[in-house]
Amino acid sequence: MEQKSHIEAKKLNVYYGNNHVLKNINLQIPDKKITAIIGPSGCGKTTLLKSFNRMIDIFDEVKVTGEVLFDNENIYKKNIELTHVRKKMGLLLQRPFPLPMSIFDNVAYGPKIHGLKSKKKIRELVEFYLKETSLWNEVKDKLQAPATSLSIGQQQRLCLARGLAVEPEVILGDEPTSALDPIATRKIEEKFHQLKKDYTIVIVTHILRQAKRLADYVIFMYLGELIEAGPADKIFNEPEKELTKEYIKGLIS
Amino acid sequence: MKNTRNLKDIIFKNLIKLLTNISILVLIGIFLSLIIKSAPILKEKSIIEILFSTKWQPFKKEFGLWTFIISTFYVTIFSLIISVPLCILSSVYLSEYCNKRIKIFFLSIIDILAGIPSVIYGIWGVIIIVPLIKNQIAPFFNASSNGYSLLAGAIVLSVMIFPIIIQITVQVMENVPRELREASIAIGATKWETIKFVVLKKAQPGIIASIIIATSRALGETIAVLMVVGNVIKIPKSVFDPAYPLPALIANNYGEMMSIPLYESAIMLSALILLIIVLAFNVLARIILIRIERKS
Repeated sequence: MEQKSHIEAKKLNVYYGNNHVLKNINLQIPDKKITAIIGPSGCGKTTLLKSFNRMIDIFDEVKVTGEVLFDNENIYKKNIELTHVRKKMGLLLQRPFPLPMSIFDNVAYGPKIHGLKSKKKIRELVEFYLKETSLWNEVKDKLQAPATSLSIGQQQRLCLARGLAVEPEVILGDEPTSALDPIATRKIEEKFHQLKKDYTIVIVTHILRQAKRLADYVIFMYLGELIEAGPADKIFNEPEKELTKEYIKGLIS
Repeated sequence: MKNTRNLKDIIFKNLIKLLTNISILVLIGIFLSLIIKSAPILKEKSIIEILFSTKWQPFKKEFGLWTFIISTFYVTIFSLIISVPLCILSSVYLSEYCNKRIKIFFLSIIDILAGIPSVIYGIWGVIIIVPLIKNQIAPFFNASSNGYSLLAGAIVLSVMIFPIIIQITVQVMENVPRELREASIAIGATKWETIKFVVLKKAQPGIIASIIIATSRALGETIAVLMVVGNVIKIPKSVFDPAYPLPALIANNYGEMMSIPLYESAIMLSALILLIIVLAFNVLARIILIRIERKS
């Protein structure tokens, strides 16, 4: 097929208690593209996304069968070094959740945890990633202010900078603009367009127009099953499955 | 018909208003009576002298309260030194690590701990802690002690304030949004790093408030401490020395030797001082809790 892919799911099943949330998912995420996971709410989009960096089984009693391969390594096998897996994937949540510390420390948090000691290097990194997310000019004079003092849109870009600062290969976004106003949304979307030359990006969205604006590749989920996946053009213009057609026309939601 | 309904409404409203106000009146009443009763001694001696003198010789009209005040703080501080680290670590375990069933089990046990009458803690202190200090702990540190000591009071007290700190701390830790932990873990932090840098940090104001509430409880706790602390009027030089906190002074002496001039007034003044200390801590706790609510 194409070049090797970072993320691949094989016969992935996820259960929350007795709830069968993901049913036998097989897929490959293309590298350095934006992949959008679409589907009506409750269809397992977020679960699928969070299964990629094993964020689903940290809190609840969750059962997972099958494999998620990341660089050809099954991240659900025993004794895996999870902190490394997660470091390679930045996660953006629905609403920004800045850590309870200053703007500077939010970005420095990841590098520090992963062992970066040099103050100078940390400062350079913080500046670099704040510029990368177009925040630098807005915050350079108040780096020590609490991160919660920023606007929601700025907070979300700070969270993006925080995720990028550990140098991931993949960016996962769980409806990353759903709490933002249109202008802040556009800024994030522009960022994604710029970032996709260096990163593989996967976002969950329930806004079809956003998927159309952003996605190179689309995965359509319905009731825990992967119905159809393919290049965005094909899914939006000539979908094969009836369900996909109906969803794209807005008949089911 | 309509009028009687309105009338009932007004009567009921004023009735509950009155009842609520009575509870405030009780506090004011306690304050006033303590002030009135301690007025005689304040007329004869300056408050500074009473507060900071260590001479307690009622027959010579010497009523220095410093020994008792400092004992109160010592017992409280040592009980906090014992209980705060243990409580925070237990809370971390209960809120972050153990499964739900274990958590519910422990929290209900802790609920029961909170409900045990303090005299039972006192008896437990007398039969377990006091001999333990006398025979094991003090000899281990090359000190001699009959067991009735500052340390015994602090240990008993620390067990008594356990439930307050744990219950509040577990709650504030659980109120830390799950997404905040996700954000930290997604960056590649371990669970412990996430707890240390994110959860505890976010919960910090609430934990501080719980410690202050526990402190005000510890300051005022009377009977359990009185039973194990030794009640010797001398500023303790080590944790194995006996101490004599304010509540014990009041409980031991009120009603006796009342014929000595100014004695009752001195006891009342110490009650007033204790009340002011405890109230100050409660106000502090309120202020901190309000700040937390405003932030979140």
